[in-house]
Amino acid sequence: MSGTFVGMPAFPAAAREAVRDTTLRGNLRHATHTIRAKRARAVAELEDWERLRQAGMRIKDRTLRHLDRYLVQLEESVTAAGGTVHWATDADEANRIVTELVKATGESEVVKVKSMATQEIGLNEALEAEGIAAYETDLAELIVQLGKDRPSHILVPAIHRNRGEIREIFTREMGEWGRPAPEGLTDTPADLAEAARLHLREKFLRAKVGISGANFMVAETGTLVVVESEGNGRMCLTLPETLISVVGIEKTVPTWQDLEVFLQTLPRSSTAERMNPYTSMWTGTTDGDGPRAFHLVLLDNGRTDTLADEVGRQALRCIRCSACLNVCPVYERAGGHAYGSVYPGPIGAILSPQLRGIGSEIDASLPYASSLCGACYEVCPVAIDIPEVLVRLRERVVEGGEAVREGNKVLLRPAKGHAAERAAMRAARWALTRPGALRTGQRLASRTRRLHPRTLPGPGRAWSGTRDLPPVPAEPFRDWWQRTRGGKGDAS
Amino acid sequence: MNSRERILGRVRRALADVPPGEDAAVERDYLREHGERTVEETVDLLAENLADYRAVVHRTDAEELPYLIMRLLAQRGPRYVLVPPGLPPEWMSAADPTRVHDRAVSTPRELDEVESVVTGCAVAVAETGTLVLDGSPDQGRRRISLIPDHHICVVRVPDQVVASVPQALERLDPTRPLTWISGPSATSDIELDRVEGVHGPRTLEVVLVR
Ligand code: SF4
Repeated sequence: MSGTFVGMPAFPAAAREAVRDTTLRGNLRHATHTIRAKRARAVAELEDWERLRQAGMRIKDRTLRHLDRYLVQLEESVTAAGGTVHWATDADEANRIVTELVKATGESEVVKVKSMATQEIGLNEALEAEGIAAYETDLAELIVQLGKDRPSHILVPAIHRNRGEIREIFTREMGEWGRPAPEGLTDTPADLAEAARLHLREKFLRAKVGISGANFMVAETGTLVVVESEGNGRMCLTLPETLISVVGIEKTVPTWQDLEVFLQTLPRSSTAERMNPYTSMWTGTTDGDGPRAFHLVLLDNGRTDTLADEVGRQALRCIRCSACLNVCPVYERAGGHAYGSVYPGPIGAILSPQLRGIGSEIDASLPYASSLCGACYEVCPVAIDIPEVLVRLRERVVEGGEAVREGNKVLLRPAKGHAAERAAMRAARWALTRPGALRTGQRLASRTRRLHPRTLPGPGRAWSGTRDLPPVPAEPFRDWWQRTRGGKGDAS
Repeated sequence: MNSRERILGRVRRALADVPPGEDAAVERDYLREHGERTVEETVDLLAENLADYRAVVHRTDAEELPYLIMRLLAQRGPRYVLVPPGLPPEWMSAADPTRVHDRAVSTPRELDEVESVVTGCAVAVAETGTLVLDGSPDQGRRRISLIPDHHICVVRVPDQVVASVPQALERLDPTRPLTWISGPSATSDIELDRVEGVHGPRTLEVVLVR
């Protein structure tokens, strides 16, 4: 599995590859436009949507502003209900804890329900290194895993694959991992789903250890919530003897009642349904129903550093609905892989650089992977002002400043690679405040247009690197206006 | 210092800007229920939303219930039907297939041999078309409504019906294992075409009994 993102090229380079891939772009456009339209209808059904959105924002803010208290309360509730709580400061520690827990059961395979937290820490690879096979059971994750691929969307991770490609992957790979794909498998979605059902059922029925994430954790009661559609979640959460859940500390909500807000806003924002087909809630262990042992691994891995930034902190409100991806013009063209992280799209552009810092080229480039159009803020069910955080992070990249890394205050220096960006900004300001120069430049561009390269040289490269330059018109608009309306109107 | 202390310490330092003792209550000015409906209309809405999510909805009364269950099972012809220990015996009094119980020693593989399951429910949510199971004796363990391919769920109307998600949560006990079911198992992972039944039951039949 090439699930790791280490060594990814920076966003502009990765996006340039992606926009040339017409299959990918076609699949993505179809997906994002379909979900976008459906979501708008589902949201319109609730006349108090805006109030629910505000309440969601306030509940999450309240949680984050008193996270220490709620985490301690959560730990107490889960423990009282028969669970065991572990704390992990980073990916390595979380992976170590989970590996040891699995080893203690004597098992060498686990079934997994889709979890972004475990993808973030590279758990599957860590388990594999210790001789433990981890099977992804969400249909899309299965496609990704069998295709030795990386997920490209929060909600529909295999959205970059069409049915023909999926059929090919199943036929080629299923036999390697367990039950092979049926003879003569067609590419109809129903047939492909049936092949997945048969392939995975074999694994569910014998699994002794399940691994999950969670959408919410209720501090007051110790209840964990997993929202899903296929039933693979229910399989992983109830059939095994041991359940291990790895959850980011920001997934906490204070009270049972708080769920009434998110269970209304999450499904409508994400799959555009009134309610997703299955939601499981469990509190510790229950005698005679489900796993006998339950372990909760609370994951920091950069979250407390994110919490330290008063503007950037709001990114931790995210409930991973993916609505912001589906409205983002940059995501639609570049695709999820270009973001070099398990968190793609607008939320990825603000979350990854905060969780991981802006030390690498990809992370420093992510705050620029946006046109700042604001559509992501409009749809976000917890009202995260993504453009505000993007601007904040750009400032950090360009100007440097204070930040917290692994709990320690650090002083960031301006990123070198972005000197060009600053130059580009200065150039734009210069041109825009001098109309004469702009006009001359445009005329010159028209006359020489056959000689133009597809990318801009010098400081402009960062901009044109993610876009194809529009062809320059044969005649600048101002000239055309002069010629056709010359003398009649004021067109200077 | 262990990781717990380290993380809590980082959280506290990160929140230095938050005034000590701050405790702003969350304002809940959203609705408890969407729209005005009579009890009848709420039940109708439940039926409509269940059907919209491709559950098959039937309506009957207590007297007819055993015959309806018998017919629904006969249509699929299973040899065995799984029933939770506390299912009212009269519900199954007319049914032909052999009843099997989910015992502690039954393995998931054994349950996989059974095609149909009949359960009650704890609460049904009209606005979303959702059934909630809480593991009470008439509903059984979570796995029994998951492994068989055909689930018949009986809802007592109007007692077990609420209008909205907030009202459902008020009625539920968080210490029980809860399963919220809205239509049969489904996926839209392949080019966003909806396909029913990946792992959970592919057919969900809901009986609204008065
Ligand atoms: S940032 Fe908002 S819109 Fe985007 S995934 Fe998170 S909650 Fe959803």
